[in-house]
Amino acid sequence: MSLIEILRVLYDDVMRYDAARPDWPERDRCILSKGHGCLALYALLADKGFIKAEELDTFCRVDSILGGHPERGKVPGVEASTGALGHGLPIGVGMALAARMQKRDSRVFVVMGDGEINEGSVWEAALAAGKHRLSNLTAIVDYNKIQSAGFTKDIQDLEPLVDKWKAFGFATVDVDGHDVAALQAVFRRLPFDGKKPSAIVCHTVKGKGIPFAENDPKWHHHSNFDAPTLEKLHRAVGAGQ
Amino acid sequence: MRKTCIDMVYELAKKDPRVVFIGSDLSPGLLKKMKDEMPERHYMEGVTEANVIGMSAGMAMDGYMPYVNTIATFITRRCYEQVALDLCLHHLPVRLIANGGGLVYAPLGPTHLAVEDIAIMRALPNMTVTAVSDAEEMVRLMEATLDWPHPIYIRLGKGGDPVVSRAENGFEIGKGIVMRRSEARDPVLLISCGVMTNRALLAADLLQEKGIPAEVIHIHTIKPLDERLIVEHARRARGVFTIEEHTVIGGLGSAVIDTLVEHIGARMPLVQKLGLADQFAKNYGSQDDLLELSGLQPHQIAERVGQALQQLRVA
Repeated sequence: MSLIEILRVLYDDVMRYDAARPDWPERDRCILSKGHGCLALYALLADKGFIKAEELDTFCRVDSILGGHPERGKVPGVEASTGALGHGLPIGVGMALAARMQKRDSRVFVVMGDGEINEGSVWEAALAAGKHRLSNLTAIVDYNKIQSAGFTKDIQDLEPLVDKWKAFGFATVDVDGHDVAALQAVFRRLPFDGKKPSAIVCHTVKGKGIPFAENDPKWHHHSNFDAPTLEKLHRAVGAGQ
Repeated sequence: MRKTCIDMVYELAKKDPRVVFIGSDLSPGLLKKMKDEMPERHYMEGVTEANVIGMSAGMAMDGYMPYVNTIATFITRRCYEQVALDLCLHHLPVRLIANGGGLVYAPLGPTHLAVEDIAIMRALPNMTVTAVSDAEEMVRLMEATLDWPHPIYIRLGKGGDPVVSRAENGFEIGKGIVMRRSEARDPVLLISCGVMTNRALLAADLLQEKGIPAEVIHIHTIKPLDERLIVEHARRARGVFTIEEHTVIGGLGSAVIDTLVEHIGARMPLVQKLGLADQFAKNYGSQDDLLELSGLQPHQIAERVGQALQQLRVA
């Protein structure tokens, strides 16, 4: 609910891909490391023609390819099966190194959640990315400041987050993760430093666009809505208008 | 075995451009030739096992065949979720070279002993689990890895282990090897893996001296298991004894029993698992010391087999 603009800009304006050939070697790769944000990814994959729009209606059905976390090999355009947190950046480091070894100019984008980067594996991979000066790798943090148990500042404070990425060898900027023009401008500048990996800390609001859900930790994993809530939700996003 | 295995990575890398080496924090001169000749395919990444596994997965997704090397317990326990999801769920041809399987690091204590590695690796879908007997068999395994499309766990012994494997037996991943046959009507069947096959063969000699004929099957691939070979020999055995440098929970013995229950069922022969007790090691010393304490040296194996047969007769 906080990362749709980030993904939209990646798929609309930044990444090189061919939906008809999802395994095209020269493509840029986007790993949605916060796999629980898969609904946003599925919407983009449908919009870009990787999957049919009708597939979206099958979400989590027993015979669906679209599960509650995205799976490589099942869903065209999904680069890595994620869900367990802290796996995307290490895989992204490997993909970025593979691109370098194969002399491809493919870029790798790894989208992580802020709760996710509590995981030590993220920082192991950050060390490696810095060491290898992976300028073809961009770490993106959807920094909505809410994790499952509450606000990140209360659960496992990440601040100073921009400085952390810088200290690990990333050229880092932060940006309003809902401002499409600002995101486009930031992504256009990649790599920020030709000898470093890049990190983009995106300040976002969980539940953006749905006033009664915005910035409320209770909505982190909210499902099974009653009818009045569903109606309010539809009204908030303008469904049927 | 360890040196041979690592040297083989260089040999494989020379003939196959997919081969990449990734170590954690290993000896400074390790694979120096490879590092000098193909630095872009030689990585030493420090004590970052979770990252190393994920990184190897990322490379394998784009066509590489990474050989990842560190101490067995750190490549299994430490980054189990990465092995399960990054490698097995994605079904990638990454090779995990695990130094010091079993009790090799005896002087270093329980933090460094890999005594449940086979159990936890074999529980993972798509994973292949191997434990060869000696350096010469390691060469044959490593050559076979290039054509095997699945992730592989390669358990290493201490090094300098007696060579008992024979080239004429051939080598195929997933196929057991009959190391010793018996023409007797109902011989004892010893089934072993890794460096325990040497000890099983010596135990079989001792049993023979006592007038107990014994066959020995070497299982260098615990998963996929050569069920056909095991069942065929177990059917006519008066007793089946699995011998492993591993906890009795979930390893070779468990795999063999699962197979026998499924294929032989009610007409099961006597089956006994000879392995390590379900406890953390209490002692240091050497690998041989701890094997002795666990009753896994050849004379002890022969004694335990003899006792079990005796009890069977009494019963």
